Amino acid sequence: MGEKTERGEKAEEGFEPLIVAFCCNWCSYAGADLAGTSRFEYPPNIRVIRVMCTGRIDPTFVLEALRMGADGVLVAGCHPGDCHYQKGNFIMEKRFGYIKKAVDSIGMEPERVRLEWVSASEGGKFAALVREMTQQIKQLGPSPFRLPQSSA
Amino acid sequence: MIEEPRIGVFICHCGVNIGGVINVPEVTEYASKLPRVTYAEHSLYTCSEAGLDAIRKAIAECSLNRVVVASCTPRTHEQLFRETVKEAGLNPYLFEMANIRDQCSWVHMHEPGKATEKAKDLVRMAVAKAALLEPQTEPEVEVKDASLVIGAGVAGMTAALSMANQGFKVCLIEREKGPGGIVRRLYKLYPTLASSSEVVGPLVKAVKSHGNIELMTSTTLKEASGYVGNFNVILATPNGDKEANVGTIIVACGALNYRPPQGLYQYKVLDKVVTQEELDGILRRDALGKPERIVMIQCVGARKGEIRPSALEAFPRSDTAELLRKILKARKEEGWPYCSRICCMNAIKNAILIKENSPKTDVVILYGDLRVYKEYEDFYKRARDLEVRFVRHIEEIPPEITQTPEGKLDVAAYDALSGLEVNFKTDWVALSTPLRPRRGEVLLARMLKVPIGTDGFLMEAHLKLRPVDTNVDGVFIAGTVSGPKDVSESIISGEAAAARASILMGNKKVRTDAITALVDEDLCIGCGLCEELCPYGAPKVEVGKSKIREILCRGCGSCAAECPRRAISMRHFGDHQILEQVKALLAPAG
Repeated sequence: MGEKTERGEKAEEGFEPLIVAFCCNWCSYAGADLAGTSRFEYPPNIRVIRVMCTGRIDPTFVLEALRMGADGVLVAGCHPGDCHYQKGNFIMEKRFGYIKKAVDSIGMEPERVRLEWVSASEGGKFAALVREMTQQIKQLGPSPFRLPQSSA
Repeated sequence: MIEEPRIGVFICHCGVNIGGVINVPEVTEYASKLPRVTYAEHSLYTCSEAGLDAIRKAIAECSLNRVVVASCTPRTHEQLFRETVKEAGLNPYLFEMANIRDQCSWVHMHEPGKATEKAKDLVRMAVAKAALLEPQTEPEVEVKDASLVIGAGVAGMTAALSMANQGFKVCLIEREKGPGGIVRRLYKLYPTLASSSEVVGPLVKAVKSHGNIELMTSTTLKEASGYVGNFNVILATPNGDKEANVGTIIVACGALNYRPPQGLYQYKVLDKVVTQEELDGILRRDALGKPERIVMIQCVGARKGEIRPSALEAFPRSDTAELLRKILKARKEEGWPYCSRICCMNAIKNAILIKENSPKTDVVILYGDLRVYKEYEDFYKRARDLEVRFVRHIEEIPPEITQTPEGKLDVAAYDALSGLEVNFKTDWVALSTPLRPRRGEVLLARMLKVPIGTDGFLMEAHLKLRPVDTNVDGVFIAGTVSGPKDVSESIISGEAAAARASILMGNKKVRTDAITALVDEDLCIGCGLCEELCPYGAPKVEVGKSKIREILCRGCGSCAAECPRRAISMRHFGDHQILEQVKALLAPAG
């Protein structure tokens, strides 16, 4: 995989990243819906997979997505203290530290994976987050694992 | 073993909502060629009776055993489609949705080509998951036939009485020393000019004397746990903590009147500048006398500015309590962005009261927009007949208030019709201020997991379709806790919340989601990590193996993700099902 020194120099002309998002049903998926209801536009580079809680998100989901060529993975859940299941997001937050380390250890930029809190009322925040993350991943360039047939 | 999947895909135009952006026929054509898809069609509204009929018919005619609908969000429509496939003889869990409206056409309106490609991806992912879906049975839980109502204002008392009259036990708690809420402190109510005690008095009496209602004043909610049908709550009472077990909860803890900061329109600087709420008190004490003139200013601290999402994004990691604290602080200075909808009628009511007592007093109402809907138009006409003067002023130039040498007030405003400055020498100025959310609701919302909107009020499950439900099953909202309402609207929402709660309690049982955890005993080593993690105490290690008590499991899946032996799987959200979606997106076969 790419050397660390090459990071940030991979931005390609016309590169459209593909971002996989795991959103919890109660807050972030609802927030993403609200972005739609409010007609807050954001780049079409994201594909949301709904799970009931961020606590459900096994590290292998994130790592497998990256292995299969996702340029970025977003994990979005309820704000601390707001988890529908009391503490699923805390469990995820702890787990996310390991995920970041794993991503780093396989030679990928840890910024390709993000954990964010988006509540059911934060449609604007969800849209802004996708805009920002898409931009960020564009800067990083395509994933080194990207398969030829996967495209945004 | 799963039978060979025969998937039907139904793609919705949602009028122009989807069809106006996404090329629906193209996506349908694409879907029809996906592996295991037997049938694909598109319709104008899949959720219409014709659309649902088409699903039922296709299931029968093409022997479909899985259904995918690509339309809006599962949060509002999954239940409807599940019922539909169930009517056609399929297990309701053999259904999957692709959200191509809220998360596609609505947010990529100006990129139809890319939106169409994204819709294809989303459909492909849903089809991939659908192929692996398995039938599930929803467990039934008993619903305790008792309810907790938080807040003994008009809405809370109405809800409590409604449920009590249906034979349910109600625990009604109130943080103040007595019941009655904000209305108890008012003098007269619009449009009947009935005294507020005529409304609150009978309610309080009925609540106090009802055998099924236990009214607890100076009491607040301290802790809440459990789930629909079976909530365990701890109440902080003057005599110490008290536990209760209830099936449903109605939150009706009201709102507050906004008080302008000192100095705004000379409030708290000049004695005779008061809020409408304070004027109401002055009228009750008959302390106004017969002044020459009184000027009322509408929309003070209401419809000002806007809570921008960007302002909230400054606190990405802050929790809700912190967020609300910041909203409230900023709003104290700036006022609130919404129309509080009761202030126009309130001002007219006070104007009529003054005019009827003292016809010679000149009452001037300075407004930007006057919102008197439905029968309140008559109320407004009544004020006009009494010669109350309605003056439309330029809101962007706020009126200035100064004291004249003779001790009167001078209100300088810009008349919107003439564009000229007008001056009113007046004895009193009354500021019409909105209802605003209460800070205490933050803690409450956090305990009950009900989300708070950016305006600080508790959020309903759906603004239009589910106005008294919340995101939490078994928890309902009534009255001004979800936004400004007048007395009759509070009564309506109290009755509505009681009806919603009574359906659950009346049925005695409720089916809960089948999305629960399952242990593979061959893999389980009985380490007990799941037992440690679960906030509901669902897993229990017995004789070296973990067992999940389905009824206690809420389906978050934290245990499944953490299990070191991967012995725990989730129904309907299995590892293989989720990974199949990932694979379908990134590395589709063929």
